[in-house]
Amino acid sequence: MEKIRTLTGPIVPLERSNVDTDQIIPAVFLKRVTKTGYEDALFHSWRQDPAFVLNQEPYRHGGVLVVGHDFGTGSSREHAVWALRDFGITAVLGPRFGEIFRGNAGKQGLLVGQITDESKEALWAVARANPGAEITVDLESRTAIADGVSHEFAIDDYTRWRLLEGLDDIALTLRDEAAITDFEARRPSWMPRTQPMREGTP
Amino acid sequence: MGKTLAEKVWDDHVVVKGEDGAPDLLYIDLHLVHEVTSPQAFDGLRQAGRRMRRTDLTVATEDHNTPTLEIDKPIQDPTSRKQIETLRQNAAEFGVRIHSLGDKEQGIVHLVGPQLGLTLPGITVVCGDSHTSTHGAFGAMAFGIGTSEVEHVMATQTLPLKPFKTMAINVEGELRPGVTAKDIILAVIAKIGTGGGAGYVFEYRGSAIRSLSIEGRMTICNMSIEAGARAGMVAPDETTFAYVKDKPHAPKGADWDAALKYWKTLPTDDDAVFDAEISIDASELEPFVTWGTNPGQGASLSGEVPDPESFTDPTDRAAAERALEYMDLRPGTKLKDIPVDTVFIGSCTNARMEDLSAAADIIRGKQKADGVKVIVVPGSARVRLEAEAAGLDKVFTDFGAEWRFAGCSMCLGMNPDQLAPGERCASTSNRNFEGRQGKGGRTHLVSPLVAAATAIRGTLSSPWDLHADGSAPADFDGEARNVTAEELQIVDPQQQRLAEEV
Repeated sequence: MEKIRTLTGPIVPLERSNVDTDQIIPAVFLKRVTKTGYEDALFHSWRQDPAFVLNQEPYRHGGVLVVGHDFGTGSSREHAVWALRDFGITAVLGPRFGEIFRGNAGKQGLLVGQITDESKEALWAVARANPGAEITVDLESRTAIADGVSHEFAIDDYTRWRLLEGLDDIALTLRDEAAITDFEARRPSWMPRTQPMREGTP
Repeated sequence: MGKTLAEKVWDDHVVVKGEDGAPDLLYIDLHLVHEVTSPQAFDGLRQAGRRMRRTDLTVATEDHNTPTLEIDKPIQDPTSRKQIETLRQNAAEFGVRIHSLGDKEQGIVHLVGPQLGLTLPGITVVCGDSHTSTHGAFGAMAFGIGTSEVEHVMATQTLPLKPFKTMAINVEGELRPGVTAKDIILAVIAKIGTGGGAGYVFEYRGSAIRSLSIEGRMTICNMSIEAGARAGMVAPDETTFAYVKDKPHAPKGADWDAALKYWKTLPTDDDAVFDAEISIDASELEPFVTWGTNPGQGASLSGEVPDPESFTDPTDRAAAERALEYMDLRPGTKLKDIPVDTVFIGSCTNARMEDLSAAADIIRGKQKADGVKVIVVPGSARVRLEAEAAGLDKVFTDFGAEWRFAGCSMCLGMNPDQLAPGERCASTSNRNFEGRQGKGGRTHLVSPLVAAATAIRGTLSSPWDLHADGSAPADFDGEARNVTAEELQIVDPQQQRLAEEV
């Protein structure tokens, strides 16, 4: 994973709340077995409307998405993160996120920061007044600066550290392999096993 | 201070305690796998040269892409077929047990774990599917994960996670006839919203929950995610133990005794404190239905389509306006006057034997409304077999419904079962998002009883509207009562605290 320190790009204002992952990428695009190439699927239904924000210049190439509350709710599909990333969205700022979405983003190097409602409104206002206005997101200091105003955002310490260092989660966990093996030796014998298979009734 | 159920299960699975803001490393007892969220994870293992740590704690099935008709023929859609074939190849290569289409244990992944006795109280369960919360009905800590985490579990059988906060959902009182677990959870979501549970694990408590079957509890835990919660749990009790006992993979002999002794220690201690708490009076509940495009946009079926102007919060108002436009509904329309094109009985929320039996009891001997398409999709091949043994297939087909093979079907637009643009559906599934059941499709989430009554009348209907079959409660006079979500007498002492945290 690439290390992230600062990200700069246009504020992409998605002025909607409750954007579930079915809207970010409909299920029909989840049939693929690859992990890239999802840019066309992003917000597929809404992008049929020429007036939709991502169909406008200068938002057609991505930037920092600023969203309403409860973005990324619903389905666990990590494809939502892949589609945003493939489209060119480098960070998402909003007041509240679906938990699984936020976790998935952290694993894939997509910065998701929680901002206040006031910051969200202010950033939307900046984009309305000056479409294409840039924002610089600084992960180190957890601030985003646009139009000369600094907005704090929240991201948990562990995810921030991993993004700053560009660390692979699995490799980190495997450092604790001895502890995992130890734990396994202590598991009760009644715990379920899928193998060998037991025949069902009836 | 005592501990909650969730804290007990969590603490007993911590491999490495996180320090200085680091997450705990949590051991995963059961990993359920399906075709959609796994191919990239298997690929990741291959690319890194990693093996799968515990194939004996892993089981795979095919559900999201599978057709529910002519399952003996090759899958028509080439991308769906490729995804299924990829799962089969990966299962063979890595040694994962798989229940493929046609196998008698195949079905929606969240039915497979419980029916095999793999889902047990006090264990941790994950799956690359947000409805993994279903398994919390047994007192398991069960939650959905993304594909990166699927790969992580495959490689390490653990996940680094911060403990969830705890919220008690107290549901006291007796449900009136015709009101089900589905109505409880829809009312809960309408109250706290799609994001109100973010960061929490719910524990459903109280007399109304205790008197539910395991299947009803699964319906409730299943939709915890629709309120934003990562997981939902119910403390294991005699109902749980009776359900689990003698299932194929349930513990036997001395293992059973040891498990039972442990399981009885799991319920939340009397002096434990939840981070948040809400209460709901079950006896006040009516059959519930959604009118909008997220599961929080619901109301009692006797009510009306709300006026967006009635919402004080501007984002809620805008969301309601947008939802009514998408749903093609006018404020003030009586919910019971809304005609449907399709009725779907199925999904991991409501496609177990109890759901199918309840729907069958309503429609037995009747005919479906003209012009309404009714499809009934058992959640698993085993449920299908059991339903057929009980003669339910005949009840449904005599009624004019289609009796299908098991799978996710019309819950999500990923297999051939989809709504056409503009089609309106009363659905026992879990999500009414725009396009969820097919592009342009309009979804009203309902219980199996409401789905059955709607299939008879052709408009959204409560079983209370069918007086002849005696399903109306004794005190129900047949007059529509305009009770809204706000009037459900839901007490929420922690609402302020929730608001502060957001």
